[in-house]
Amino acid sequence: MPIHNQHVEHWHPGASLDALRARAELLKLIRDFLQQRGVLEVETPILCSAPATDPSLTPIAAGPRWLQTSPEYAMKRLLAAGSGPIYQICKAFRHGEAGPRHNPEFTLLEWYRPGFTLSDLIAETVDLVTQALGERPVEQVTYCDLFERYLEVNPLTADVGILAALARQHVDYASEAEHRDIWLDLLMSHVIEPKLSGITVVYHYPASQAALAQIDGNFEPAVALRFELYVDALELANGYQELTDPEEQAERFAQDNLTLEQRGEPVRVLDSALLAALHAGMPDCAGVALGLDRLLAIQLGASSLKDVISFDWTRC
Amino acid sequence: MASFSTNEFRAGLKVMLDGDPCSIIENEFVKPGKGQAFNRVKLRNLKSGRVWERTFKSGESLEGADVMDRTMEYLYNDGEFWHFMEPDTYEQYQADTEAVGDAAQWLKEQDRCEVTLYNDAPLAVTPANFVELEITETDPGLKGDTASGGNKPATLSTGAVVKVPLFLSQGEVVRIDTRSGEYVGRGKA
Repeated sequence: MPIHNQHVEHWHPGASLDALRARAELLKLIRDFLQQRGVLEVETPILCSAPATDPSLTPIAAGPRWLQTSPEYAMKRLLAAGSGPIYQICKAFRHGEAGPRHNPEFTLLEWYRPGFTLSDLIAETVDLVTQALGERPVEQVTYCDLFERYLEVNPLTADVGILAALARQHVDYASEAEHRDIWLDLLMSHVIEPKLSGITVVYHYPASQAALAQIDGNFEPAVALRFELYVDALELANGYQELTDPEEQAERFAQDNLTLEQRGEPVRVLDSALLAALHAGMPDCAGVALGLDRLLAIQLGASSLKDVISFDWTRC
Repeated sequence: MASFSTNEFRAGLKVMLDGDPCSIIENEFVKPGKGQAFNRVKLRNLKSGRVWERTFKSGESLEGADVMDRTMEYLYNDGEFWHFMEPDTYEQYQADTEAVGDAAQWLKEQDRCEVTLYNDAPLAVTPANFVELEITETDPGLKGDTASGGNKPATLSTGAVVKVPLFLSQGEVVRIDTRSGEYVGRGKA
């Protein structure tokens, strides 16, 4: 196979100069929006010694350390240290996530609001997105209602066999599914997401998909206090009522490493500094991470992130 | 044969799936928020020609298929097999009806075409995008009628039937786009 030197052919940026100007404007809009609301801009290290444990994310090694998959752990340490509301705009890195809607190196906006409930933060996130994109129809819907609407199934209580049959009906799936969440993820990504329009906030995820969100046991079955914000079919932001209990956090770390071990993947170093910070006490808060490249792509009507990133993965 | 992980899948990569060699047409990375990542892959089965979409968990691998595209010269048909030759090595290959498929109607002796080899045997034949073939049968031409714009069926030397303008007659050579089967102009020969 001939070596194709992409860097010679693709020396020029993938984004137009207009897109780069729009990015600068968007950054200003976000900073103004959060500053007006008294949220402090912070920076935390991009290189960390303990990567995120989420088994669905693969961190990229950088020498003896890791490139962050998000600034979550470090920002929580700031919250525990009494920072008050904070935000950060930074680069995050996720191995293997490349395509029109993904770039392995991408820009993330992440902010935390002590004292906010999940619905307070949903309202603020919708405000920001609306300021960036202009008015669009907004709907808030539970994960459960979304599945009922498009697939006539209760995702929390349906038997795994029913979910599997439903997924197989819509998707030619070639791999194993060792957990019901795999079937739910297939249905969500292949069937439901493509049908979403306007701004859709999905909340009350299955407890098994909590990541670092609190689980609310007042519901039967329990649900995760987590939301995802979509603009049309594109997932833009993911927010939690943040877990503050150090014991529960340690348990989820252990559970993540168990999952990695079962898959035959290397387990990850656990962030003891985060656990220590939670022990010292992190205020009740809600936090959200928003894909800034995607927000810009939607604003400009671009079909691929390469049109809004100066040099995307294929050009650097 | 090497194996390829989903993040190495790209258009044109040949992989084995369900025991058949397949060519990847498109590979889309899909991920629902925090959940499991998938690759939604559009493939063409190189034996049946069937195109379909299949989803894999990201990070899984498929074995590469020993498939190569070679430019060859079409030699002749012995009634059962079509014979091709690699112009550089003079190495000859015979392909059966299944491998030649629809390409049969565009193959003229000594023309170049693309032969896809799988385990060193022809799996598929793709004719050149444009071929020039002689009309062997058509209604008498209306000489000078280049204005009326109508067309008529014509049988070509290979047996293919195409629509040609009314003014053409038997014995003339026409240029055909094999991808659409459409007449594009008069041939040079």
